[in-house]
Amino acid sequence: MAGYILRRLLQAIPVLLGTTFLIYFMVFAMPGDPLLALFGDKTPNPALLERLRQEYNLDQPFIVQYFLYLGGIFRGDFGTSFSGEAVSDILARTFPVTIRLAILALIIEFVGGVLIGLYSGLRKGKLFDGTALIVSLVFISLPIFVIAFVGQYVFGIQLGWARTTVSSGAPIQDLILPAFVLASISLAQLIRLTRASVIETAGLDFVRTAYGKGLSRRRIIPVHILRNSLIPVVTYAATDFGVLLVGATVTEGIFNVPGVGRTLYQAIIRGEGPTVVSFVTVMVLIYLVVNLVVDLLYGLLDPRIRYVK
Amino acid sequence: MSDPTPRPAGTTPLLEIKNLEVGFQSTNGIVPAVRGVDLTLMPGQTLAIVGESGSGKSTTAHAIINLLPGAGRITGGTIMFDGKELSSYSEKQMEDIRGREIGFVPQDPMSNLNPVWSVGFQVEETIRANGIASGRKEVRAHAIQVLKEAGLSDADKRLKQFPHQFSGGMRQRVLIGIGLSSRPKLLIADEPTSALDVTVQRRILDHLETLTRDIGTAVLFITHDLGLAAERAEQLVVMYKGRIVEAGPSKEILQNPVHPYTQRLVAAAPSLASRRIQSATAESATHALGDLEYAPTKVTEGLDLIAAAEERVEHRPAAKRPDAIVVKDLTKVYKIRGQGKGSSGELIAADKVSFSVEKGTTTALVGESGSGKSTVAKMILRLENPTSGSILIDGTDVAPLKGKELLGLRRRMQPVFQDPYGSLDPLRNIGNTIAEPLQVHNVGDRTARRDRVLELLDQVSLPQSLITRYPNELSGGQRQRVAIARALALKPDIVVLDEAVSALDVLVQAQILQLLAELQNELELTYLFITHDLAVVRVIADNVCVMQQGRIVEAASTDAVFDNPKEQYTRELLNAIPGAGITLGV
Repeated sequence: MAGYILRRLLQAIPVLLGTTFLIYFMVFAMPGDPLLALFGDKTPNPALLERLRQEYNLDQPFIVQYFLYLGGIFRGDFGTSFSGEAVSDILARTFPVTIRLAILALIIEFVGGVLIGLYSGLRKGKLFDGTALIVSLVFISLPIFVIAFVGQYVFGIQLGWARTTVSSGAPIQDLILPAFVLASISLAQLIRLTRASVIETAGLDFVRTAYGKGLSRRRIIPVHILRNSLIPVVTYAATDFGVLLVGATVTEGIFNVPGVGRTLYQAIIRGEGPTVVSFVTVMVLIYLVVNLVVDLLYGLLDPRIRYVK
Repeated sequence: MSDPTPRPAGTTPLLEIKNLEVGFQSTNGIVPAVRGVDLTLMPGQTLAIVGESGSGKSTTAHAIINLLPGAGRITGGTIMFDGKELSSYSEKQMEDIRGREIGFVPQDPMSNLNPVWSVGFQVEETIRANGIASGRKEVRAHAIQVLKEAGLSDADKRLKQFPHQFSGGMRQRVLIGIGLSSRPKLLIADEPTSALDVTVQRRILDHLETLTRDIGTAVLFITHDLGLAAERAEQLVVMYKGRIVEAGPSKEILQNPVHPYTQRLVAAAPSLASRRIQSATAESATHALGDLEYAPTKVTEGLDLIAAAEERVEHRPAAKRPDAIVVKDLTKVYKIRGQGKGSSGELIAADKVSFSVEKGTTTALVGESGSGKSTVAKMILRLENPTSGSILIDGTDVAPLKGKELLGLRRRMQPVFQDPYGSLDPLRNIGNTIAEPLQVHNVGDRTARRDRVLELLDQVSLPQSLITRYPNELSGGQRQRVAIARALALKPDIVVLDEAVSALDVLVQAQILQLLAELQNELELTYLFITHDLAVVRVIADNVCVMQQGRIVEAASTDAVFDNPKEQYTRELLNAIPGAGITLGV
């Protein structure tokens, strides 16, 4: 088991090298001079421009820039942003906020999706099921910013239950509304997945046998139907954690959350290679770890897989 | 139909079903599945319901304890069980009956245990739900006892294991243990062994019989095999299209079937046919099957196995003919991943297998699952490469053949596989499916191919109108006929039939076997017939190779193997054919 985890982590190295190279190249290939853009309409002092160019290694050819950056990472130096702040500080400031938001959204998605999906699946074709199917379809079809604005308007302005923007420090109570918005589409999808999985499991032979054994419905539903239905659901939700992290960009923008999404967006606009690449590297790392956790979860949920390893 | 069961004075029946009707709700109203079934079961007795798939036998059994699927419901009649009217019971009341008073053993051991819970867990929850024991230790002790009774010797160690670590037979033992754990008055066994090998089937049914006799449990036994039913039950009920067509004591029905459907079932059951042929050849020393003086009647025409066997024997060529297939020291070794870290083992799937098949005859490879019979078939078809050994087809070594020559070999040798649902492409119509080998081998032009397809449809007795239909519109038997037509398209000399009739209902199976016998005579085909069912072998094969654990343990003519089996294992297989000891009116 330990060997398996180690092997998976080692596999992360080539993936990281590949992604950092690609991202660095894409930022480099973006049109326009990032430093000139900093000065806006003003004509920059040529001497200052030259000094900045050297400081950020922008006078070097692409491949040299990339390796200088990579070398920095090995020394624990993620570079500095154009505003002079160390990229590692920006990472430390923004990632906790976004992770908190994503975890909150994940909890909402999982609890809501499983409960509604289970109830829907058990009452297939009834009123509740039909309503859940239609509502979830509506949410899947809506762009997230529409959901965000409607949520802001209804819960923030009309009902006054939540703040429309997140205050600095991003306390949990401010994050609840953005988390619901962020979770909404995944929640809708999870309802449908759970429903389908429950319907499939409920029709399997061992469920009929469980009734034949004399078990009560109250025992069969959680122990035999829900437990087995959760295998695809849990793995979907876990994979979704990565999506929630990245997908937070739009939601963070609308609710003014000082998280990864907003910062990354601004860094891309400014063409700050080191900042963009560092963010993406951390995201890729999180993705890889999440994927590893999903694979381990599979074994935990399904003994048939556990014993093959 | 009048009540078939004679009622001993002074005893009341344990189960009495009167005029039971079950229907399935569909968009076009209720579709009836069971139409007015009556049956009576006395305490401690065994009653078998026999019929083909769709006859309503399982639905009847499920209706008793309300295990009908969502759309199914009882639409009429009464079910009296031990003085209680079950058809009016609520779901809650039924929970107390199920498991406690009526045990249930399902059909397919592979799908009837929950794969994510340990076997011990699933036995223990039954014990707890039915109030047999309470408290951790007590429940555990009881679970071990249940599994021991069911015939798992190291039960205490196996409690923690998961279903996928058990073989099919062991899983069925667990399910039987669960079904009998609370000493029910009645056990409903729904085809409890149809998914298992014959020898396993026999052991499990023997065990079930002993257990139920000791406990005094009455058994309602559902099966499609008339021979099995007659062997295991005192009373027999034959169902057809939701109705009971014949009922009464097993032996009477078997010896003197009255209803035409029952007569057809008796004629088509391989187990019974093989017994009948057996007794006939034993009586006449010359063992000429032609002397059987068995006259097929009109009702049994087209599916009479004895007629099929007669036809085969009559046309058997007198002089020795050259060998079509010669297999010598054929070995196949698979590398398998071991349980431990980095360890790997070897699985010898076929071990120095040697046999030969004379042109125009049928040789059967018989064995249980895992015996290596299918591996041998695959190597002969060159779908797998042998580890060592040689295969000669018409005297040519096939091992070095490549490209064009291999294609030429495939043209002379065609397969038919077990699953008629899986071996036809659902997106191709029947005409294209049959014509595909002709296209691959560039035989003829468009019209010539079409003519050939029509000719083939005639040969396998399918209407020519099927040419534009798709596999999902066909029944299982029709699909298997299409698969046979496709195999014959290239006019092969050799047909490899890998469990080609095992997935079919008895009547359909009989029709296909008869068809195969006719085609062999007409086209002088050589058959290699892979099967686990010795009863079928008796009807179709000239020679038999019995395989066990990758080796051929016995090889001889069919008559010799059946009359005078040399090996213990062969004797076990023969004894496992249901219907022994039943005297039939030949």
